[in-house]
Amino acid sequence: MADIALKETRGKPFQNLFDRVFHGTTWFFAMLVLAILGGVIVSLLDGAIPAFRTFGWNFLVTSNWNPVTEKFGALPAIYGTLVTSAIAMVVAVPIAFGITIFITELCPPWLKRSLSTAIELLAAVPSIIYGIWGLFVFAPFLQETLQPLLIETLGEIPVIGALFDGPPLGIGILTAGLILAIMVLPFISAVMRDVFETVPPMLKESAYGLGCTTWEVVWNVVLPFTRVGVIGAVMLGLGRALGETMAVTFVIGNAHRIKASLLAPGTTISATLANEFTEATGEAYISTLFAIGFILFVITLMVLVVAKLMLMRLQKQAGN
Amino acid sequence: MNLYARRRSTNTLVLALSLGATAIGVIALAAILWTLIGEGIAGMSLALFTQTTPPPGSKGGLMNAIYGSLIMTGLATLIGTPVGILAGTYLSEYARHNKLGEVVRFINDLLLSAPSIIIGLFVYELMVVRMGHFSAWAGSVALAIIVIPVVVRTSENMLNLVPIALREAAAALGAPKWKVVVMVSYRAALQGMITGVMLAVARIAGETAPLLFTALNNQFFSTNMNAPMANLPVVIFQFALSPYTDWQSLALAGALLITIAILILNILARMVASWSSFTK
Repeated sequence: MADIALKETRGKPFQNLFDRVFHGTTWFFAMLVLAILGGVIVSLLDGAIPAFRTFGWNFLVTSNWNPVTEKFGALPAIYGTLVTSAIAMVVAVPIAFGITIFITELCPPWLKRSLSTAIELLAAVPSIIYGIWGLFVFAPFLQETLQPLLIETLGEIPVIGALFDGPPLGIGILTAGLILAIMVLPFISAVMRDVFETVPPMLKESAYGLGCTTWEVVWNVVLPFTRVGVIGAVMLGLGRALGETMAVTFVIGNAHRIKASLLAPGTTISATLANEFTEATGEAYISTLFAIGFILFVITLMVLVVAKLMLMRLQKQAGN
Repeated sequence: MNLYARRRSTNTLVLALSLGATAIGVIALAAILWTLIGEGIAGMSLALFTQTTPPPGSKGGLMNAIYGSLIMTGLATLIGTPVGILAGTYLSEYARHNKLGEVVRFINDLLLSAPSIIIGLFVYELMVVRMGHFSAWAGSVALAIIVIPVVVRTSENMLNLVPIALREAAAALGAPKWKVVVMVSYRAALQGMITGVMLAVARIAGETAPLLFTALNNQFFSTNMNAPMANLPVVIFQFALSPYTDWQSLALAGALLITIAILILNILARMVASWSSFTK
């Protein structure tokens, strides 16, 4: 007995100490996550400050890009980033919505698992694979099929025609947007599926009981219930599209100019970084690249914050 | 009757469209795999694993790039996994309902979707500028920063699935908190956490953007962690965009290798997850 009592008095302080050490260690690494985000912002800003000082607000609205005279403007890269992402969203959101309807409402159970897996595998394929596929297969395919078609039909219409002006090069803003669409498709559809599954079955069954068709249930019951979540899913996809690098770099054409035509080559922030960073010489050039990186990070963070807030609101609503 | 017919036809139309949308998704996956297998298989040979990347116009393999990718992915996983699991432990075991936990969770989710090229810029400023040269260490750290949020997220989710009663039972026997976490929670959530790590590895195996300005590339076989190191993604990037056909076919062979590795990891991760006792 005395032995056991002795052990306990020796053991307890040790256990207490170890408890505190363990708690402290986990806390430290949780704080490290915060520190990483903080570090990213500080280091980008630190690298970008010389460029912001030199060019001021004009940096955002001019389109010079001359490494020799060290005159830089970020507008073409920002424009390319926004336009390719917009194309990606316009194409991907309806398709992701269709896939989600099919998986949640229509699909027979035996197919549901393998189909979900296929879509998730599409999300696991790294972006460089999309890029290489885009370069060797998708761009030549578009050059021969979709682009001549667009030039002949929409290209003839005044005003809209300017969007589809010029020769079919294969690579360009439109191709980059479409590759991005294929890339973000599985992300959006996976989140949408989770969001759709928060709808209480009772609500849907009541609507079916009143004689609603599948589409009417989706449009009048599921969508209104999950509206914030669906917006969150779309914004999450947009966040991905804005920062996507490799898939875009292969097919965008890397031209620092703004053309009205979507068939023309352009550039995005991430493609500019991927192409030019290791070859950049001179402090102004490198600082400029940091500056556009900072702009990209700020834009994506804002989009992601909105997406997360929307999804959290849905979770709270479903929890109640 | 007219209204009824219209509702029915709208429904049929929408469902047909949704079927079409699903077909587009599946066809895209099939088309990518088809290209990779069709074009990549031609470049598959023993030389791929035994010879280093060639100068343009001569034969060679990807040995140095495969080695570099394995080393940097492995090292990144070694650095990122403990950090991620411990941070996930904090979120699930110590901060499930408090404000600090909520903040960390939110920031972690932002990091999870942050553009990976930005992580490359960060590590460039953090390590490459300070050390004065590109290095395999910097590449590994960049990849580790991508691993961390994935592992934090999955290990937190998996620990949350462990029933509270299990922890209470251990605590009732007099086990201190750290013992409860390490010997009960971790053990119960093990499969789930392994799944998370495997998915994280799959995620970084093909990451290119963060390596561009950290590990850079190396034409030669190098085991020096303080020097630039070849790696599959960057080699694929450079070779695919080159005008030389032997380089392009090496790039496609490398792309096939990476994709196979990632798909296998994903499928294995799913199998491990399905053994787990607490997930559905």
